[in-house]
Amino acid sequence: MSTPLLSVRDLHVSFKTEDGVVRAVDRLSFDLERGRTLGIVGESGSGKSVTNLTVLGLHNPMFTTVEGEILLDGQELTTAPEPELEKLRGNKVAMIFQDPLTALSPYYTVGRQIAEPYMKHNGASKKEAWERTVEMLGKVGIPNPGQRAKDYPHQFSGGMRQRAMIAMALICDPDLLIADEPTTALDVTVQAQILDLLKDLQQEFGSGIIFITHDLGVIADMADDIMVMYAGSAVERGTTEQVLRSPQHPYTWGLLNSMPRLDSDTGARLSPIPGTPPSLLNPPSGCRFHPRCAFQGRVAGAGRCTTERPPLATDRASACHLTADQKRTIFIEEIKPRLG
Amino acid sequence: MKEDLVLPAQRAQGPGTDGERLLEVTGLTKHFPVKGGFPIRRTIGQVQAVDGIDLTVHTGESFGLVGESGCGKSTTGRLITRLMEPTAGTVAYRGRDISHASRKQLAPIRSEIQMIFQDPYSSLNPRQTVGTIISGPMEINGINPQGGREKRVRELLEIVGLNPEHYNRFPHEFSGGQRQRIGVARALALEPKLIVADEPVSALDVSIQAQVVNLLQQVQNDLGIAFLFIAHDLAIVRHFSQRVAVMYLGKIIEVGDRDSIYTRPRHPYTHALLSAVPEVNLTDEDTGGRERIRLAGDVPSPISPPSGCRFRTRCWKAQDKCAAEEPPLVRISGNHEGHLTACHFPEEPTTEGREEDIVLDPALAALEEAASDEGQGQP
Repeated sequence: MSTPLLSVRDLHVSFKTEDGVVRAVDRLSFDLERGRTLGIVGESGSGKSVTNLTVLGLHNPMFTTVEGEILLDGQELTTAPEPELEKLRGNKVAMIFQDPLTALSPYYTVGRQIAEPYMKHNGASKKEAWERTVEMLGKVGIPNPGQRAKDYPHQFSGGMRQRAMIAMALICDPDLLIADEPTTALDVTVQAQILDLLKDLQQEFGSGIIFITHDLGVIADMADDIMVMYAGSAVERGTTEQVLRSPQHPYTWGLLNSMPRLDSDTGARLSPIPGTPPSLLNPPSGCRFHPRCAFQGRVAGAGRCTTERPPLATDRASACHLTADQKRTIFIEEIKPRLG
Repeated sequence: MKEDLVLPAQRAQGPGTDGERLLEVTGLTKHFPVKGGFPIRRTIGQVQAVDGIDLTVHTGESFGLVGESGCGKSTTGRLITRLMEPTAGTVAYRGRDISHASRKQLAPIRSEIQMIFQDPYSSLNPRQTVGTIISGPMEINGINPQGGREKRVRELLEIVGLNPEHYNRFPHEFSGGQRQRIGVARALALEPKLIVADEPVSALDVSIQAQVVNLLQQVQNDLGIAFLFIAHDLAIVRHFSQRVAVMYLGKIIEVGDRDSIYTRPRHPYTHALLSAVPEVNLTDEDTGGRERIRLAGDVPSPISPPSGCRFRTRCWKAQDKCAAEEPPLVRISGNHEGHLTACHFPEEPTTEGREEDIVLDPALAALEEAASDEGQGQP
């Protein structure tokens, strides 16, 4: 196995706030291979966005403490000086944000914004960059790209703006593309267009993608591997097939059970996860999911869930004190029947 | 199989579905003027947000309204609650036309039609305590329940699953899901007959969504309140509503019973919408069997919608007739009773996959061709 494109080891990120220290990311490790897509699923406040802002060095160093390693192609990013990071951003690492209207500047034409990173990183002339921009806009499916490149963002629809963002992200042929909820603000039919486009472009460019979302359906469609995050750490990981077909962590079960499906029994009630996500100012002791977990009573050794943090191994793993046998039987006998 | 589909639906219908027509909307239209020009600003166009829709909500029933952003579903909700005055058409509540009723005439009806809003952060006044927020409607309508308003508010808090002791807290002390519960309690304060819920769960996290949906369902079953449930999430609408209408660009293009719409859709747009919902495939086969219809382009502008059928610019079955003639919303042969479709060339009533993907996006088709030519493409 070659060295992974991105390797995150024991990442801790905490913010100083007026109320205390928020431990947004805690003991997180993962790898991403070239050409593969890692889906990160989690609810708001689970640390999925913070992790990726830290990769790009977009956190505010005044209030943020970052510990651990982030290796991109063997280069350490947590301690890299700002000029080094600037060379990477938009070049080797690119990002697509959730809301394309706020991510694009309203004062410049779409074409100029897309051309800018290409000129900066490749030293291309204005004319070359413009040609490349028009080519990219055509690739992402904007009709009449030569004309539309001269338009301002407000003249684009939501779906087209997101296509423009993708063109901007891919113009320098990045090795790593981070997509932070790229389709959450879009309608379902447009979302389907954008997901198809991202998949097709990945085939062409061979980038590694980190795809952040809260929608398990979108993840099932996009990702090769999945990492489920809860309260700042990963609770389960594996290939998409493993995590969605035979999930092992009570939180993943809860997520799957709480979503109605197009083919589920309409008479049945939904089974939500009780309670609310914990505050990261003062996270629960032991397993962070234990206050909302229905299965802690079945763990051998009373009180283990409240005192001992379950570890998460690499590869296929889930951070839970239940034994592998228990996880398998509970899923097959109790969770799967409810999924219809 | 068929019985399985029917039985839970009947159970969930609650009391009195076949009863009275609570709300009847006919030809409802709302056009917003577009101003422009210099030096004299004049009306240069009309945004046809809602354009002649008909719908009926029965007592105790939940009616779902789905569609993408800009299709006019929220405007419809606001017209029905009379937060806006319609340009044309009538909204009849219990047989009484309220579409142009004055404030005074509306006052007794306002208490019977309540609304739950999408964003629980902006729909609650941050300077008021929970008690003030929930008792607000009672104060405005001069209602003094037995035992006083405070007692009633505490009851309501208990109904929506909040601690009655939180009476004196402020909204910022609650999480998103809890705030939405406060919104539900406020809507219930006047014992309404109809609640218009405009995207009540779309701002909430997945695990919290289910809690609020269950609460709304419980409220509906226990109190027999009719719901107009507006949402863009097709799975949640299917879970919550017995009848569903699909909107596109200001018109209802298909309406019918839940099972009929979701398992036997006829309008191409309904097919496209259903096929676009990303879902976790939990079956053990490799392919889910659902093919995806990729619609080209975006929804046209409601200022100058296409002639004839409004969906024709993105439809793969469109012919000359579609541009010339607007299809009426009628029962097409093969449809169940009450299932109406506005289409000249309806699809087969099935959600099974066809032979191959329908690709309507020329750019995507070109990309796929290029990819298959070059094999795997460059690394």
